[in-house]
Amino acid sequence: MEQDCQRPSRRSVLIASSAAAMALVLGPGFASATGALVEAEINKLYAGKKMVEGKIKLDLPTIAENGLVVPLNFEVESPMSDKDYVKAVHVFADGNPNAGVASFYFTPLSPKAAAQFRMRLAQTQNIVAVAEMSDGSLFTAKKEVKVTIGGCGG
Amino acid sequence: MANPTPRVRMPAQVKAGQVIEVKTLISHEMETGQRKDAEGKTIPRKIIKSFSAKFNGKEIFRSEWHPAVSANPYLGFFVKVPEAGTFEFAWVDDDGAVYKSEQKVTIG
Repeated sequence: MEQDCQRPSRRSVLIASSAAAMALVLGPGFASATGALVEAEINKLYAGKKMVEGKIKLDLPTIAENGLVVPLNFEVESPMSDKDYVKAVHVFADGNPNAGVASFYFTPLSPKAAAQFRMRLAQTQNIVAVAEMSDGSLFTAKKEVKVTIGGCGG
Repeated sequence: MANPTPRVRMPAQVKAGQVIEVKTLISHEMETGQRKDAEGKTIPRKIIKSFSAKFNGKEIFRSEWHPAVSANPYLGFFVKVPEAGTFEFAWVDDDGAVYKSEQKVTIG
């Protein structure tokens, strides 16, 4: 059930080994988010605010064999005190049909701004994380994951 | 699919102020709304859209999920246990159903 994609058969995908052929097989109807969509999502949340790279540690596989379950482990550097803590962490994927993956909201009662979960990735793409601190500053991190078998438009 | 069953793994006895990792798992198909059935009809979306963790009635952690979260969602996060009490975990489904789990923690 989980593997039952409405796409060409596994065999036809395997035969199409080059990237160009791969694009042909997937066809024009294969909608996916792009970097621009991720930006739009971020703008919806934090329009026009400045983001700085860093503070977020993304632990992701470089190559994910199965796009249906890609483990993601993140941690944001912060003292997590009443005055200085991580308010939210948003995770986006720029090659999925929808850019949003998951959001995490922390409180000063959370000892660490860290979590781990598993996500679906439709194809090789970048994972973007944005962390909002309690003082309003924004940090971001980005990492590419190569996906061998896509997660069926997850 | 069978009713979603939440499972939570965490120590039942901790030292005061100790930081512990909570591991949660819930069985759920997390239907994305992107897939089609044999007749080409879109299978409607049905996912768990949010998760929250409360300690003695106070929210300490919350998460919102999109269809990109894998089936049978696993979530690991950290909590601090200042005193004995009860952790309440709740998962909210697209159809409004709430799946709950409670864990009592003692100080020892």
